[in-house]
Amino acid sequence: MDRPVGSPTGERPAGEIKLACRHVWKLFGPRAEQFLRDNPRPDEEDLRRAGLVPAVVDADLEVRAGEIFVIMGLSGSGKSTLVRCLSRLIEPTAGQIFFEGRDLLRMREREMIEIRRHKMGMVFQHFALLPHLTVLGNVAFPLEVQGVDRATRERRAMEMIELVGLRGRENYFPRELSGGQQQRVGIARSLAVGPELWFLDEPFSALDPLIRREMQNEFLRLQGMLEKTIVFITHDFDEAVRLADRIAIMQDGRIVQIGTPEELILAPATPYVAEFTADAPRAKILTARAVMVPADGIREFAGEILPQARIAEIAPAVLADSRPFAVVEDGRLLGAVDREVVLRVLVGGR
Amino acid sequence: MVTATAARSPKRFRLRAGPPFWMAALALSFFFAYAPRGLVPRWALRLPRDFEIPLDRYLSQWMDWLVTQASFGPFTFKDTTRGFAWLMDWPLALAKSVLVTGFMLGQGSAAEQLTAPVSWAAVILFAGLLAARFGGARLAVLVVGCFAYLALFGQWPSAMVTLSSILIAVPFGVVGGLLLGIGGFRSPRFERLLIPILDVMQTVPVFAYLVPILFLFGFGPVAAMIATIIYALPPMVRVTLLALRRVPSEITEFGRMAGCTRRQLLWKVLVPASRPALMVGVNQVIMLSLNMVIIASMIGAGGLGYDVLASLRRLDIGRGLEAGVAITVLAIALDRLSQAAATRGERLRHDMGRRVIDRGWLLTAAGLLALATMAIGRDVPAVASYPEAFEVSTASYWAALVKWINVNFFDQLEAFKTFLVLNLLVPVKRFLLAQPWPWVVVLLAALGLRLGGLRLALTVTGFAMFIVLTGFWTKAMITVYLCGLAVVIAALVGIPLGIACGLSERLWRVVQGVIDTLQTLPSFVYLIPVVMLFRVGDFAAMIAVILYAVAPVIRYTAHGIRSVPSQLVEAGITSGCTPRQLLFKIRLPLALPEILLGINQTIMLALSMLVITALVGTRDLGQEVYIALTKADVGQGLVAGLCVAAIAMIADRLIGAGTTHIKQRLGLAS
Repeated sequence: MDRPVGSPTGERPAGEIKLACRHVWKLFGPRAEQFLRDNPRPDEEDLRRAGLVPAVVDADLEVRAGEIFVIMGLSGSGKSTLVRCLSRLIEPTAGQIFFEGRDLLRMREREMIEIRRHKMGMVFQHFALLPHLTVLGNVAFPLEVQGVDRATRERRAMEMIELVGLRGRENYFPRELSGGQQQRVGIARSLAVGPELWFLDEPFSALDPLIRREMQNEFLRLQGMLEKTIVFITHDFDEAVRLADRIAIMQDGRIVQIGTPEELILAPATPYVAEFTADAPRAKILTARAVMVPADGIREFAGEILPQARIAEIAPAVLADSRPFAVVEDGRLLGAVDREVVLRVLVGGR
Repeated sequence: MVTATAARSPKRFRLRAGPPFWMAALALSFFFAYAPRGLVPRWALRLPRDFEIPLDRYLSQWMDWLVTQASFGPFTFKDTTRGFAWLMDWPLALAKSVLVTGFMLGQGSAAEQLTAPVSWAAVILFAGLLAARFGGARLAVLVVGCFAYLALFGQWPSAMVTLSSILIAVPFGVVGGLLLGIGGFRSPRFERLLIPILDVMQTVPVFAYLVPILFLFGFGPVAAMIATIIYALPPMVRVTLLALRRVPSEITEFGRMAGCTRRQLLWKVLVPASRPALMVGVNQVIMLSLNMVIIASMIGAGGLGYDVLASLRRLDIGRGLEAGVAITVLAIALDRLSQAAATRGERLRHDMGRRVIDRGWLLTAAGLLALATMAIGRDVPAVASYPEAFEVSTASYWAALVKWINVNFFDQLEAFKTFLVLNLLVPVKRFLLAQPWPWVVVLLAALGLRLGGLRLALTVTGFAMFIVLTGFWTKAMITVYLCGLAVVIAALVGIPLGIACGLSERLWRVVQGVIDTLQTLPSFVYLIPVVMLFRVGDFAAMIAVILYAVAPVIRYTAHGIRSVPSQLVEAGITSGCTPRQLLFKIRLPLALPEILLGINQTIMLALSMLVITALVGTRDLGQEVYIALTKADVGQGLVAGLCVAAIAMIADRLIGAGTTHIKQRLGLAS
């Protein structure tokens, strides 16, 4: 075998940090800011006694340019509040949020408006389309508020509508479209200004499973073309795994673990994370590097595979041969993968 | 038996009184009612004059000062208000010139007619085209029919006077209401200030503020229009507040993420997104303005309202009925037109086959036609005004009918009336008047404690004490008796009917048609048939109040029954409930909050109608307000009006608290 098995997907090159948040808190209740200034690290008991409800607790994260960063958690875990803090739709109680190195929370309203007009886009769970505008009007709306003239903004909006495959529907009103189509409008609209940072707040949760699948593919197709920096919120671990470069898992307002899907599966930080990952499609997530065994003493290999190859990709070849495969990177032998290893992944053991 | 316990949070006291407590209270009330004379001290029945606060006198003096002495620099206060009136007169005069008189050159009898008013035919045509544009052929037929009635029955000139004042008042009311609502939406502090003022504006009877308006703005159409705007504006404010609040938070967030400034967020996102809801407010403003037509004619509005009022005073039933129907017809036309305009967007689909009449074309054509008829009309009278030879009137038939009824059924009607008066009205009235005010105040406090807590108890006793201290207690109890009886009867009729409507779609469609029409009738119109049959007095007043106020309790009950979740009904069926059990154990308890809301609405309508029935000779607060109007006594009118408002607010707060209480128990609210 000349060419190693497995396509060289693997991690994207680590870009600069686009968005970061440091010690972000959001507490609901009376005099929350004062409370947090007095005790910077309150525990649950302190909060309960002060009558405060924690929505986001001491959140720290970094999103790199061009990355799909998924924030995952069940309802009430604070993920929606966190993304609203990141976009400053909600004012955090404490902390810092850096966008391209500048603290968003120190910006004046005018600056914030400028950033939102040119650098951010957001897609909403329930689409948030304006009922009184047509598809064209909705997609052109972010440009309209910037004061772009009608001809230019409608040309740009038409491009976006075409991009999401809604050509011919531009004069429909939102209520005349299906859920999937409405969210395509939402996506087109959020992309109309050419944002660098793209927030998606459970964009596909309100859709039927089949449509959801289709929209996920559509999303990946768009991202393949556009390479935005993405913060994607979901409560669906399968969706997170399918789309994410990295995932942050939230529970009760805290970020309990941040890592690639593989890292979450191999080393869940808490039983809570382990529970999510238990039913994950391991073969599609785990790479050869993660499951390989030492190659010492093996004399004959059936072929070579790349360390970043997913098990699901190499499984047919490995299962067809009784001999192990060598895991090779830049000509170095890292380890071996044989039938037994692959079978263990496929049936769900470790 | 009675324990004041801390319910849940330590801050809220709530009286936990069971049925025995209320039975005892009732027994004590009966004791007071039948106690021998002299047992209850006189001061407890009527506060001695020395203790009364002569608020009415203070208010009159203050008004006097305001009108005669107050000034800002070189202008007196009165100059300012009269100047404002003069400004408001311009658009009104313009509308009247176009629709009623035509343009004149010069003044008084030397005036030379420059043009005729827009021809009746052109107005009908324009209304028809507008209807066709908004709602299609069916609406066009209805609207043309309505306007044709006005011409055919000789109501045209009066109707156009009324229409022109509506056309000017409505935009003022809508824009003013919208702006105030937006203010309240943006600033919670402003809202806290606004809501009580709205409460007072909506519960103080209109008659009460006619006098101050008269003082400030003079007698005439402008004063009437200002009164109309004040009356019609509060619902628009409330609708605006509600509509803006109801905009989904995601839409607001989207607007902010798109980089809207605050102003853009408001005018490009929030207001357009809530347009359908706002149009409900516009519709309300139109309907309330029309409702004011007759009352406004008391301070010089003229038009159809004046015709009704004059006929009513002459007891010319036929003429009054025709003019009243003309108001109704106008109301129906404007109501349907505005509703169609509100929902137009929903039907205006990109692929709609029907051609919509182009707006530019419509306006140009209308303008040209109007100008043409104004020019021709000066020389051809038939164009300017509908020819009298083709007018018809049914007035004589109505007069004959009334006469026939009164000749043939006088005894039956009289017997019916006398029976009810003797066996129901008089005993209830006597019972209520015998209650000493301290006892009533204590009862209200207990009810407040039971339903809400200390704060509610203080609020309702505060309102009650206002009535006591201003010296209107007796009159207020008469109001309570008339209103209470009317509401009880309305509920006894309305709730079963509402339940039936909630269960049967077909019945509901019929009843809905009837109550929709009932609600478009201006309140005065109800007096006409009632006076025809029962002449003047408490009984006639009560019947009119019931007719006017019964609609909400039917509507809300039907809606409540209908909106019980079908799963719960299905759960009941699968547990083997009989239809009767289904109704009493599932549907009714769940619909109860809604039914209470309906009763609350009915009480509010009943109180507002009660004041109007002063015209047919009641002796309650309404009469006080009405007398104050005829005497131009600002203080008496306002204070008696505020007493009506106090009764309304006591009822509203208690029922509101009761509804919340029940909702909490049902788990419908937190």
